Amino acid sequence: MDAALELRIHGLMVQARVLEDQLIAMVHGGDGYFWIGGPGEEAFNVPLGLLVQKGEGPSFDYLHFSYRSSATLLAMGAAPIDTLRQMRATATDPYTGGRNFANHYARREWNVLPVTSAVAVQYSQSIGTAHVQKREGGTGITIVNGGDAGAAEGDFATCLVWSSRPGAELPILILVMNNHWGISTESRTQWPMTDISSRAGAFGIRHARIDGNDVAASWAAIESAMDYVRHERRPFCLQADVSRLHGHSSSTGGALVDERDCLKEFEAKLITEGKLSREDAAAIWEKHRAALRADLEIVRGEPLPDPATIHDYTFWGRKEQGT
Amino acid sequence: MANMAQAIRLALHYAEENLGVTDVFGEDVGPPLGGVFTATQGLRTAWNSPLDERGIVGMATGIAFTGHVAVAEIQFCDYIFNALDLLKLAGNTCWTSAGAFHLPMVVMTPVGSGIHGSIYHSHSIESLLTRLSGWKIVIPSTPIDAYGLMLAAVEDGNPVFFLPPKALLRVKGAEKIPGEPEDSRELHARIDAPLGDRTRWSPRWPEVQRYVVPLGKAKRLREGRTATVVTYGRLAPVCLNAAGELAAEGLSFDLFDLRSLVPLDWEAIVASVGRTGRLLVVNEDTAVTNFGEHVIRGVIDRAFGELTAAPVLLSGADVPGIGMAWPLEAASVPQLPDVVAAMRAIAAAPSREAGGIFSPPMRLPRYR
Repeated sequence: MDAALELRIHGLMVQARVLEDQLIAMVHGGDGYFWIGGPGEEAFNVPLGLLVQKGEGPSFDYLHFSYRSSATLLAMGAAPIDTLRQMRATATDPYTGGRNFANHYARREWNVLPVTSAVAVQYSQSIGTAHVQKREGGTGITIVNGGDAGAAEGDFATCLVWSSRPGAELPILILVMNNHWGISTESRTQWPMTDISSRAGAFGIRHARIDGNDVAASWAAIESAMDYVRHERRPFCLQADVSRLHGHSSSTGGALVDERDCLKEFEAKLITEGKLSREDAAAIWEKHRAALRADLEIVRGEPLPDPATIHDYTFWGRKEQGT
Repeated sequence: MANMAQAIRLALHYAEENLGVTDVFGEDVGPPLGGVFTATQGLRTAWNSPLDERGIVGMATGIAFTGHVAVAEIQFCDYIFNALDLLKLAGNTCWTSAGAFHLPMVVMTPVGSGIHGSIYHSHSIESLLTRLSGWKIVIPSTPIDAYGLMLAAVEDGNPVFFLPPKALLRVKGAEKIPGEPEDSRELHARIDAPLGDRTRWSPRWPEVQRYVVPLGKAKRLREGRTATVVTYGRLAPVCLNAAGELAAEGLSFDLFDLRSLVPLDWEAIVASVGRTGRLLVVNEDTAVTNFGEHVIRGVIDRAFGELTAAPVLLSGADVPGIGMAWPLEAASVPQLPDVVAAMRAIAAAPSREAGGIFSPPMRLPRYR
């Protein structure tokens, strides 16, 4: 990994962290109702976003995200202001039109499929996009992203079973972001295993566990797993151990907790290695904070959805059609 | 004439050759069985899935995300419950994404009683499914409608439940599907897989044609002035028989097979009630929060002034399941004598003008 790439990753990690901080502040300040997000996953999620084959349709990667994937979306090129719009539930929210929580994305032109609060269902849906990609050929793959707690759902088993059917193996990169928590319940009190990805081994699926707080390890593991899935057209299960720096959501306060901070570690490494000065680092943080402050002022001036639109898009093809 | 299972098969064949259906799948859907009701025998795109209803719905959703069109089968609707949240998600995807994504997918699952199916092969589920906004719901009662509704479902672009009544899947129709051979024995020889070894068998499909039953259009089975009867599915032919029986008594019923629950043909129902002043809804789903209550409420909202007597719902009983013994099944879901009695009752009910309070002399289901 060269210095230019490291600095690019650092900038995106800062932008993602500042965005999440801003979202939490919006809830506390009355500019939103509920926050859930991914501070603490940036070391993995930014490399993931940079390595995605971005575009629309089966030739490109399909992304079945969880609600902790903000850094991946930013790394793919999303505008932070759009997440502020979703937090404020404005009519201008490009992902859901003010209908869903912040960090619940949907972006057709990038194959970002609708994120839902129903934990782990994306594992069941991911097999369908991968099935089509297997049939179509090419190098597009499906990437599905969930957590350690959600892996207890049957959907995770569904993904393992359907992606490894003999002769019909699917090109899916199955990610398990292990933050060691399910809301307020520690995973170690519910799981006997520390390596959830090892479950994939029983299905003949290649798997690995990495330190998701380590940028270089994450980049290498994602790149390697993607290469395998893209070209072998078979599944790979990758577990990344990460932190959950502000708890589950605003429902648990959203305060900073004492866990490893991948961004602090990475920034310190870059400074120690002489690739980044403290002054430049501070300037990067302030640049993104200032940009978000300005974005928030714009968003505050934007309208909320018209209540007359509640029936819009209940069905595709016409705006209103009911029983 | 084709039976309903054959009609579905012909529709899916047409759809995979002409309408872009890429996958017809589910448990035992592909060869060698071709579906427990044989509705998917011989199809080019049919394949067997793991025994995993959540996976089946998730697979269909994912396929639809790509723009490909899937027809997924849940073998019996009685086994769909563990997939409910995935079904809910499929229904809300277009709305939630503000129109960015829509899901062209059909979930086919046989419904209802009448095959001595006991507790887990006799469910009716349509009332529950109507709570999943964003889904359209069709339920045919004849082979020709099964054919036309399946093509409409495939073409619609939204998630559609296709709910063939189990008891009617082997019943032949009275109308020929366009392109269907004249002789049903020829159809059987061409598209029904032989018993035993099927490894060398392949169907010889007739040149069936496009025939679409628009979603949201009820079919008027009989014209009459005595009362409006609204039904669907297994009970449509039962109501038709009952109306025929009562014609000898001078009663004539305006009888409608809804065919499509979502969207619903309010126009036809309300217009009929305007002519008859009386409404009887007949189905076999359980009594509490039954879809028929929605029909009655809608008529009250739209045409209360037209009603001359209280509307009536004849439904299944409020019981947790349908018992194996025939007397238990017969007591749980309406049978021909129950429908005849209900029709007589709605005909005899005192009108509002006569000051009567409706108390029908018939067996109504007990409910909580």
